[in-house]
Amino acid sequence: MIKNPTLSSEQGVRPPLVEQFTYDNVIVKNFAIASVFWGIAGMLVGLIAALELVLPEFGLWAGIGELSFGRIRPLHTNAVIFAFVGNGIFMGVYYSLQRLLKASMYSKALSNIHFWGWQSIIVMALISFPLGITTGKEYAELEWPIDIAIALVWIVFGLNMFMTMIHRRERHLYVAIWFYIATWITVTVLHVVNSLEIPFSWIKSYSIYAGVQDALVQWWYGHNAVAFFLTTPYLGLMYYFIPKAINRPVYSYRLSIIHFWALIFIYIWAGPHHLLYTSLPDWAQSLGTVFSIMLIMPSWGGMLNGLMTLRGAWDKVRNDPTLKFLVVAVTAYGMATLEGPLLSVKSFNALTHFTDWTIGHVHVGALGWNGFLTFGILYWLVPKMWKTQIFSVKLANAHFWIGTLGIIFYAVPMYWAGLTQSLMWKDFDADGFLVYKNFLETLLQIVPMYWMRALGGTLYLVGVFMMVYNLVKTAGAGSFEAYEQAEAPALEKDYEEKKGEYWHRWIERRPMQMLVASLVLILIGGIVEMVPTFMIKSNIPTIASVKPYTPLELQGRDLYVKEGCYTCHSQMIRPFRSETERYGEYSKSGEFVYDHPFQWGSKRTGPDLHRIGGKYSDSWHYQHMLDPRSMSPGSLMPAYPWMFERQIDVASTEARISAMQTLGVPYPAGFEKEANDDLYRQADAIVARLKADDIIDDETAAYIRDKEIIAMIAYLQRMGTDIKAEKTAGK
Amino acid sequence: MSAIVILIVLSLIVALGFLVAFLVAVKSGQFEDDYTPSVRMLFEEKIQNPNTYDQESHSEQRTGSETPLG
Repeated sequence: MIKNPTLSSEQGVRPPLVEQFTYDNVIVKNFAIASVFWGIAGMLVGLIAALELVLPEFGLWAGIGELSFGRIRPLHTNAVIFAFVGNGIFMGVYYSLQRLLKASMYSKALSNIHFWGWQSIIVMALISFPLGITTGKEYAELEWPIDIAIALVWIVFGLNMFMTMIHRRERHLYVAIWFYIATWITVTVLHVVNSLEIPFSWIKSYSIYAGVQDALVQWWYGHNAVAFFLTTPYLGLMYYFIPKAINRPVYSYRLSIIHFWALIFIYIWAGPHHLLYTSLPDWAQSLGTVFSIMLIMPSWGGMLNGLMTLRGAWDKVRNDPTLKFLVVAVTAYGMATLEGPLLSVKSFNALTHFTDWTIGHVHVGALGWNGFLTFGILYWLVPKMWKTQIFSVKLANAHFWIGTLGIIFYAVPMYWAGLTQSLMWKDFDADGFLVYKNFLETLLQIVPMYWMRALGGTLYLVGVFMMVYNLVKTAGAGSFEAYEQAEAPALEKDYEEKKGEYWHRWIERRPMQMLVASLVLILIGGIVEMVPTFMIKSNIPTIASVKPYTPLELQGRDLYVKEGCYTCHSQMIRPFRSETERYGEYSKSGEFVYDHPFQWGSKRTGPDLHRIGGKYSDSWHYQHMLDPRSMSPGSLMPAYPWMFERQIDVASTEARISAMQTLGVPYPAGFEKEANDDLYRQADAIVARLKADDIIDDETAAYIRDKEIIAMIAYLQRMGTDIKAEKTAGK
Repeated sequence: MSAIVILIVLSLIVALGFLVAFLVAVKSGQFEDDYTPSVRMLFEEKIQNPNTYDQESHSEQRTGSETPLG
């Protein structure tokens, strides 16, 4: 056993004063309950979303805007990432940080503000997403007032954490704490940079970036949300809870140091791998690919470090459900981080991008890595904080197996579906024609896989309910230790410097320096990637024929964002023959210069829409939006009957145009005043065409003229058509 | 294309900077204690009986944490 040198009274050194303090378990308990509660909510919404995909006409949600797939899919992703995993992070951080630093949390008030602030943000998300209040940027969908609230609560968390570090009684910062620090800094930067938006009402704003730049910033954020919200904090938890659960030191502390530095340095560069073969400049794509492949080294180093911690004690895994969960979590981390670099290879990405493979990939991470690590920690933490034994090891084992089965039933069908659909998209016959001309054929082929996925999700959720029962019973049998007594000698102020240790301590033993160093590191990554794209004009060739949206089209585009159309439809035709044959001319970066925000999407459950403009008649869209199955039998798209009843928000047209002008969209000066006249002119033209097609009678025509559907049709018919005008003009 | 040149140069500068920093750090013995932190985190400074607390018995009470469940 190693004695703390400061405590030994040998060599005539006076032992320093030993201080007594308490570890706050109440805040840990609160976050644990919140994590489980929101976890169940988020997974339940996910299950509903999965069922909506296969049963679009099922009575529980059909025709209800608030429950449509496009609105609850962001609810599912945000709930799982920020509510389930977010509260899981805080649970683990508040528990481990106090013990690693031998100090109470700096301020109970800040802890409580953090807790209740975070829960209120989740409630606001729960309300705003079904109402269609969204920015339309994946995992950053919350609108600007909530963004500000997130920033404030996050700063409270940071302040509490860093002040605790300053008042610590342990000089060395254990590796887990470095991961927490990097998490805090990077998420702050990501959130602020990606949330820069121009508000024009209390609930709506436009991203300050447009098109390609918005895409780059968004996926720089999106990727790093995975990296620094779902990964680095959980790696910190891994480095604390695995050694604790098995009561042995981590396999290699040295490796953990290398793991940390290498990971945070490389991670920040990998974002562009979400935009391979898009209109993003090629060099940025290559950069993303190279760094993504490099990531496999630190990721696997960390995974092996976690697994090898169990060396010589694998027999314990057989009996201990906590360790089972932790082992599978780390294994899932390994799987996901092998898959990530693979998916970042351009040729492989060409096959998998926009398919369900991506969905399978993220769920190996979310269900396996984040979910199982959280469960493992909970099974360890609850008996410990309630000073008792787990209620039923058998039930915990059953949870483990049903959860593992759930992951398999989720991931395998998704991989299968992704490959099947992609190969069908790309299938040409001997004469060079697409074999599956109708997109719907490729979707209907994978419907059985969608059912399997829903089954997998159900199994996983059943497991979580088993855990809740088990943990409630465990807590009921024990007595909660709200404030755990502890003691440690105070940190010596006049610490004598050892030779050659200066820089080590300068960086690693002082949280503020550490903070600055990490900030510099990630900023270098971000700036190098983004500044050239902003500054160098040649990266985005302007196209003379690309014009701003008309007021009606802009209203329609905002409805497209509101309804979450991007959750199923891309607006990015990649330069492959299989795509240009199916959709038309490939997408050019210059076409998106007025798109605040960009809507390229990341998943094609429905076909790409970038060249949808002019492809069908107004009447086709009218009927398709009212009843998709009347135009495409078997379609899985929800119907949008409420768009035929709700009025276009014409009162905001002026504000929308003004906001766009602020962002540099070249509407003529004073245009915002007459924007609604223009809007009605265009709406009447659409209504006249509908009437000419005998779709609507005079009475309906008068009624429908200012309804949302007209704006939607205007936008759909505009999409991707500017470039056609140029071709005609050029001839 | 000029962007990619800027990028490579900057990346190289950053990467080399870290390589140098790492080498200097290793040579000056900064990473010498890369073991004890991993063991020390396993100890928990619990007070077994706060009322009869005295410093002599303290060091004897410093045991590793409880055996994990199961």
